Amino acid sequence: MLKKYAVRFAALGYLLVVLLGPLSMLFWRVYVEGAGKAWTALTDPDTIHAFKVTLELVAIAVPLNTLFGIVVALAIVRRRFLGKGLLNAFVDLPLALSPVVVGLSLYLLYGRTGWFGPWFSGHGIQVLFALPSMVLATIFVSVPFVAREVVPTLREIGDEQEQAAHTLGASGWQTFWRITLPSIRWAVIYGVIVTTARCLGEYGAVAIVSGSIQGKTETATLRVQEEYENLNLAGSYGISLVLAAIAIIVLILMTTLRPKEGVS
Amino acid sequence: MSIQVRHVSKRFGNFQALEDVSIDVDGGSLTALLGPSGSGKSTLLRIIAGLEQPDAGEILLAGEDATDSPPQKRGVGFVFQHYAAFKHMTVRDNIAFGLKIRKRPAAETKARVEQLIELVQLQGFGHRYPAQLSGGQRQRMALARALAPEPKVLLLDEPFGALDARVRAELRLWLRRLHEETQTTTVFVTHDQEEAMEVADTIVVMNKGRVEQVAGPRELYDSPANAFVMSFVGQANRFGNAWVRPHDLEIVLEPNGSTREAQVERIVHLGFEVRAELIRDDGEGFSVQLTRDQAETLELERGQIVYARPVKETVFEPGSA
Repeated sequence: MLKKYAVRFAALGYLLVVLLGPLSMLFWRVYVEGAGKAWTALTDPDTIHAFKVTLELVAIAVPLNTLFGIVVALAIVRRRFLGKGLLNAFVDLPLALSPVVVGLSLYLLYGRTGWFGPWFSGHGIQVLFALPSMVLATIFVSVPFVAREVVPTLREIGDEQEQAAHTLGASGWQTFWRITLPSIRWAVIYGVIVTTARCLGEYGAVAIVSGSIQGKTETATLRVQEEYENLNLAGSYGISLVLAAIAIIVLILMTTLRPKEGVS
Repeated sequence: MSIQVRHVSKRFGNFQALEDVSIDVDGGSLTALLGPSGSGKSTLLRIIAGLEQPDAGEILLAGEDATDSPPQKRGVGFVFQHYAAFKHMTVRDNIAFGLKIRKRPAAETKARVEQLIELVQLQGFGHRYPAQLSGGQRQRMALARALAPEPKVLLLDEPFGALDARVRAELRLWLRRLHEETQTTTVFVTHDQEEAMEVADTIVVMNKGRVEQVAGPRELYDSPANAFVMSFVGQANRFGNAWVRPHDLEIVLEPNGSTREAQVERIVHLGFEVRAELIRDDGEGFSVQLTRDQAETLELERGQIVYARPVKETVFEPGSA
């Protein structure tokens, strides 16, 4: 009995120190520095623009990665093809690779001396220090999440339901929409939420390829850094607080969605 | 609709699941594919449904080559051992699936679903999800779902294998009646010879990817084509080259010219019948089926020495098994 409580206490304590401590510190600092100052920083046009840029990146990267994640998961679980193991491993690459390295490789690839850089600048398309490279960086770092959620669910449901749908006259496409997708919907939703959270929080890769131009290519996380460096601590904490609040909302969404999985 | 299987072979890696299998299933018949696990019976059924592609050979449905047509074009109903229920749909939506895919009018679909719910005795369960049903109910729902689009062929892969003995017995009887009503060509896979004998008109006995014999239940038991069929369909004892059914042995207390000496090892009472398990002088065991009266008259007991005489024996040509 005592042992059970000891384990629980240790686990809770760990969470408190590692996660909740820093987060509550954020609330505290905003309060100390002055909520008014934080509000001013938050309503600054450059900050609002930074949030807009972040949302744009989310709006482009999340749908694309959702589509890609579902297709890759279906390929990994349902198909047999050459290089499947390689694909499976590559999907996880962004988890292992530091975002800074990702940013640097994109920088080199699309830079003036890179493989693709000259072609794009020749056609008048600005990739680096503009939205295209930031989108690429965001997509790269958030690729694995939908696939990683969907793969185990697909394995678990097996393919008998899909075979049954075929024998009942459903085409491959009809089977996907009516049987497969409804069966994996909670895994997809969960994957989308995690992907969104990852995109919102991305810093390293985007920091390198965007150039952090105020009011242009600055994202919310880059803005936090900017305000901090300008010694506008209240502003920096305020923006962080908004990002943290979004993360907490995401967390609540995930926990309320999870139990429904057991019912369906 | 008749089914013809012509010289079908199928390999999975190193495993030869089917080897040059040919069978004819008459339209309107009720056929069992019977065999031990790994005999290829399920693979054959899945090939007929189009869920597997044969490596060689052809499948003819109603006389037309269907080898290359996908399952959704074959007009077959398929029932899986583990039901394959659509978990995110209610019983009603499960049954309606094939009709909705065919874009039948809503009123017609609704009426047909209600009719099927009644047929499979799931009244009052239409709004439930598969997770809220028992195994037997789920399988009845799966049957209704397969029957909804009025398939010309009904294929069942060990349909009662996952159910307990009582439910299994009920569903067997029910399948038999259903077939009498609808006269749909039906093929089901089973490893249970009793189930095959009880339900089917025709039994295809399979072993190691080949067909051993195709016959009615009675013919299969009385004139098995080879030693495998003899021993797989019903019990059989081996006496040298000859095979003897347990009920074709007579037990006497005194030896005469044609008897074999044996010792009683165990007496098993099975209600009306009594099964005696004996050991021959050469150490081989065999069993004899007696009526209760016979056993009582003989006053058999464990350790007793008796003499067995085959009343009827079957000898197969060497190499036929």
